[in-house]
Amino acid sequence: MEKLVLLSYGSGGELMRELIEKDYLKYLSNPILDELLDSAVFELSGKLAFTTDSYVITPIFFKGGDIGSLSVYGTANDLAVVGAKPLFISLSFIIEEGLPIKDLHKILESISNASKGINVNVVTGDTKVVEKNKGDKIFINTAGIGVIEPNRDWRSRKVDVDDVVIVSGDIGEHGLYIMLERLGMKTDEIVKSDMGYVGSFVLPLLDNFEGIKFVRDATRGGVATVLNEIAYKYNVEIEIEEDLIPTKDWVLQASEILGIDPLYSANEGKVVIIADKSQAQDIINFLKKFELSANATIIGKIITNKKPRVYLLTKIGSRRILESLKGDILPRIC
Amino acid sequence: MSLVKTINLNSMFNYDSQSFKLFTKEIVDKIKELVGDKEYVIMEFCGTHTHEISRYALRSILPKNLELRSGPGCPVCVTAEEDIDYIINLVLENDLGVITFGDIVNVPGSVASLSYLRAMGKDVKVVYNPMESIKIAENNLNKNYVLVGIGFETTVPMLAHTLINIKQKGLKNLFYLSLHKLTPPATIALLNSNEVKLDGIIGPGHVSTIIGTKAWEDIAYKYKIPFVIMGFEPQDMLFGIYVLLEKIINKEYGVWNTYLRSVRYEGNKTALDLIFKVFRISSANWRGLGIIPDSGLELNDEFKEYDVKLRFPLTKEIKVRKTACRCGDVLRGAIKPYECPLFAKACKPSSPKGPCMVSSEGSCAAYYLYEMN
Repeated sequence: MEKLVLLSYGSGGELMRELIEKDYLKYLSNPILDELLDSAVFELSGKLAFTTDSYVITPIFFKGGDIGSLSVYGTANDLAVVGAKPLFISLSFIIEEGLPIKDLHKILESISNASKGINVNVVTGDTKVVEKNKGDKIFINTAGIGVIEPNRDWRSRKVDVDDVVIVSGDIGEHGLYIMLERLGMKTDEIVKSDMGYVGSFVLPLLDNFEGIKFVRDATRGGVATVLNEIAYKYNVEIEIEEDLIPTKDWVLQASEILGIDPLYSANEGKVVIIADKSQAQDIINFLKKFELSANATIIGKIITNKKPRVYLLTKIGSRRILESLKGDILPRIC
Repeated sequence: MSLVKTINLNSMFNYDSQSFKLFTKEIVDKIKELVGDKEYVIMEFCGTHTHEISRYALRSILPKNLELRSGPGCPVCVTAEEDIDYIINLVLENDLGVITFGDIVNVPGSVASLSYLRAMGKDVKVVYNPMESIKIAENNLNKNYVLVGIGFETTVPMLAHTLINIKQKGLKNLFYLSLHKLTPPATIALLNSNEVKLDGIIGPGHVSTIIGTKAWEDIAYKYKIPFVIMGFEPQDMLFGIYVLLEKIINKEYGVWNTYLRSVRYEGNKTALDLIFKVFRISSANWRGLGIIPDSGLELNDEFKEYDVKLRFPLTKEIKVRKTACRCGDVLRGAIKPYECPLFAKACKPSSPKGPCMVSSEGSCAAYYLYEMN
């Protein structure tokens, strides 16, 4: 019989101790976690960034990653975009009873690889098991802490007219791929999530360019929603050009079939950057050196600071408003 | 001989982006020339056309005196309040689980929506593919489910296929509610009402792929109005509008097909056969248009055992509460979305008061998202 996660694994007793000591430590061991105290204890100094997120994706395993690596990268990305180097994360598993233990191992292994790859440590965690049908296989809640070096803190820089809008690469992949997967469609190898750690290029970028004024990862709601957030935050009108937006052919095809605009589709390894016009081309040249931002492109600019609004110049040359995502395009994709 | 004339647009799609813009400019100039200072009203029946017209801001580049009116071509939007109320009562009285498609769960009935029911803890499942309903029913054999089938001629074949599979598997706990609607009878009802004077009609591309251009011929001749069937790319629509204007100005009527990539005179025979293997024509209740004879589909005798209305008759009579939502008027083209007092105030895509604001094909949602200048 296949070994399954049972309710008793979350009860705090012997089985849970076994799970923590055998499985969690095997994959995630580090000096802070290994102490197995009720809290992780460590020293940090400087300006800190602190974030939290929850991951409830279906399916839990997908091309390009799984719920484990997604929770590590997603948390680290939220830290990196504000200029913080991610250091520590917490993981809280809410497991639906009946999850195969081998799936839990696969997720732990993926968390281990992802966190080692970007040099963060999982320092504390928790596990609860809920009855069958009270959850959906596994939910992961995380928190993350990082340190912001003063030169990487872009928050006080003034976003203004003529600043350029940059996307760090081809848009819309994660959301559209997950949608296809959930529809049960068979897809080619190239059709997959774009999940990745954006700190790999965002942090060096911030070290080299003072003209970076805003960075946000374009997850749920996609690029269109981030642009609207920027318009409202800084009370600016933004204009982007449909022809300039980097988009893979399969994304365009899938968006045609599903009726979902890639501008609203989630990304898991792409950021929107607002940058000073004078450094724009150098920033693009710099970003092109990194694998994850090799297709970085200027897609538009800030045109006025009179009211919060985003416009799209369409491929036929007309212009319309680009709203943020309203309602749902797809439940639970990240 | 067929009177349907055809124009080949296929060569138009290898253009680079610069040529796209040039083409747009040229065709828009030609349209402006044709329109001159006269006023014309043309209607797009299909919700996808409505959405694309707004998405590409076609109104902003076309002459103001050429009015594009949206018709009742959004399948979610035309679902009557009574039908949503019926599903809600069905669930409350018989504890049926509901299986349906995306948008419909957010459509308000006169009391609540299905998503409200789901939040109350009732079993409301949204599937992407209707065949998933079979798996759900098989995995929950001691619960009864109703699969809510909505959609025009385009969607019906997929659901007919599902019903054939349900029957083959002999499932006893999955029933069907047909809210399907047929487009030509609704077009006739609109033209009969004479509420809006239409000069020409933008014929639906997807629906015509199934039913063929021939399905529109009698209507075009009886009402002496030109139909031009168009694809959904902006250049398809601009070119189609140009052709339609030419016909209007030359006082020609009939059906012209500019969507040759997909639409044939006879339609798709396989799909049509599939539909009528399972369904037969019946009347249907349209939001805004009321009951239109021969505009719906019900299960035929062979599939009657799956008809949820026969299996679970309601004990209570449904009384629809009147709301201030003017979706019905919008669907008939009698008012434009922004002429409804609720538009963009009490009614937004995030808190819709009527289905025209729910569905991405709904004209209120399209206006709200793309044309709120």
